[in-house]
Amino acid sequence: MPTEGVPAGTEPRQRSVWPLYEVFVRGKRGLNHVHVGSLHAADSEMALHHARDLYTRRNEGVSIWVVLATSIAASSPDEKDPFFAPSGDKVYRHPTFYSIPDDVPYI
Amino acid sequence: MTATAVTPETELQRHFEDTIEHDRRIEPRDWMPEAYRKSLVRQIAQHAHSEIIGMQPEGKWLTRAPSLRRKAILLAKVQDEAGHGMYLYSAAETLGADRADLTQLLIDGKQKYSSIFNYPTLTFADVGVIGWLVDGAAIVNQVPLCRSSFGPYARAMVRICKEESFHQRQGYELLAHLMGGTPAQRAMVQDATNRWWWPSLMMFGPPDADSPNTQQSMAWRIKRHTNDELRQRFVDMSVPQAEALGVTLPDPALRWNSEREHHDFGEIDWMEFKRVVSGQGPCNAERIAHRKAAHDDGEWVREAAVAYAAKQAARGAAA
Repeated sequence: MPTEGVPAGTEPRQRSVWPLYEVFVRGKRGLNHVHVGSLHAADSEMALHHARDLYTRRNEGVSIWVVLATSIAASSPDEKDPFFAPSGDKVYRHPTFYSIPDDVPYI
Repeated sequence: MTATAVTPETELQRHFEDTIEHDRRIEPRDWMPEAYRKSLVRQIAQHAHSEIIGMQPEGKWLTRAPSLRRKAILLAKVQDEAGHGMYLYSAAETLGADRADLTQLLIDGKQKYSSIFNYPTLTFADVGVIGWLVDGAAIVNQVPLCRSSFGPYARAMVRICKEESFHQRQGYELLAHLMGGTPAQRAMVQDATNRWWWPSLMMFGPPDADSPNTQQSMAWRIKRHTNDELRQRFVDMSVPQAEALGVTLPDPALRWNSEREHHDFGEIDWMEFKRVVSGQGPCNAERIAHRKAAHDDGEWVREAAVAYAAKQAARGAAA
């Protein structure tokens, strides 16, 4: 008879914890999925159902992604983060960096 | 290596203040003063709890709605309130709060919710008046919060405000329908208006002179107007709506002041407000008992779902 995980006697029971999922919704065909919030669910299937009920009650989406929050790796959102510094001084990556004579068409 | 590991606190503080000064948003992983985080968790949790407890007064009428149309509308509205609570708990969690802890704090009476939900809903006209006045007051309170300095809270408020508009309009339409009915139905609307008007004005909180946190919250831009400013705005909006409906707002002192270009209104019974906030309202005990029962009754479902998920995962791993 399995006894593991079965609460013993009067000991306080462990709170059952559903993990946190982040939710991304594609608003309509042709758009990217966009982060809309998070929710708790026991597994990814339940997370999808909850996400539908929570974030698309008024036809806000045609497709949903749910991802375990712990599976997301993130950079620091701080704008001053040196993480983004490498792109800061490379103005030559933008088309406006280059001057083209006015009379050259289609460029 | 991160910038924050080597940046002195004074510079972080300066960057934080600069972000707020420029009306930019603070995001979850940004550095923020501990007091700002604490204050926001309290504000957002209290707001979330209000949405969750707020399902009860109207939820009582789901099985007694007078038509299928009204039942479907009310069901959608109560479901929205649950949704609003979830958006807000989600925002609170980005600050490091745990949703299950917050629920426990509510059940233990250690965190508050809006005192308006401690009043009973005696007739179906109350459902209409809650939509019109209570949700109307909530909208006045919440629209400025769409510009809260904390990003996740502001974004949750944008969603919520869009949905609140349906709540207010369905309530007003319900009342207009009753006002076109029998004298008894019109009397029901007047009676419900009489009972909900003053508690609705209390929803904006104590008068400014008596609201010690307002100044700091406004400096942090997690509050954008004072309680009295918002209350005045709500009164000015409600007067013509009451006239169009044909009900009398229960305040003999209510009149237009052409000098101020606002309505003057009577003194609010702050003793009643304090009584209800401190737990002595007509339904405080009932609301918490119901929330606790729902939570306790759901425990086996939460457990079973975890067990099922573990079993499915084990099967998947074995296959």
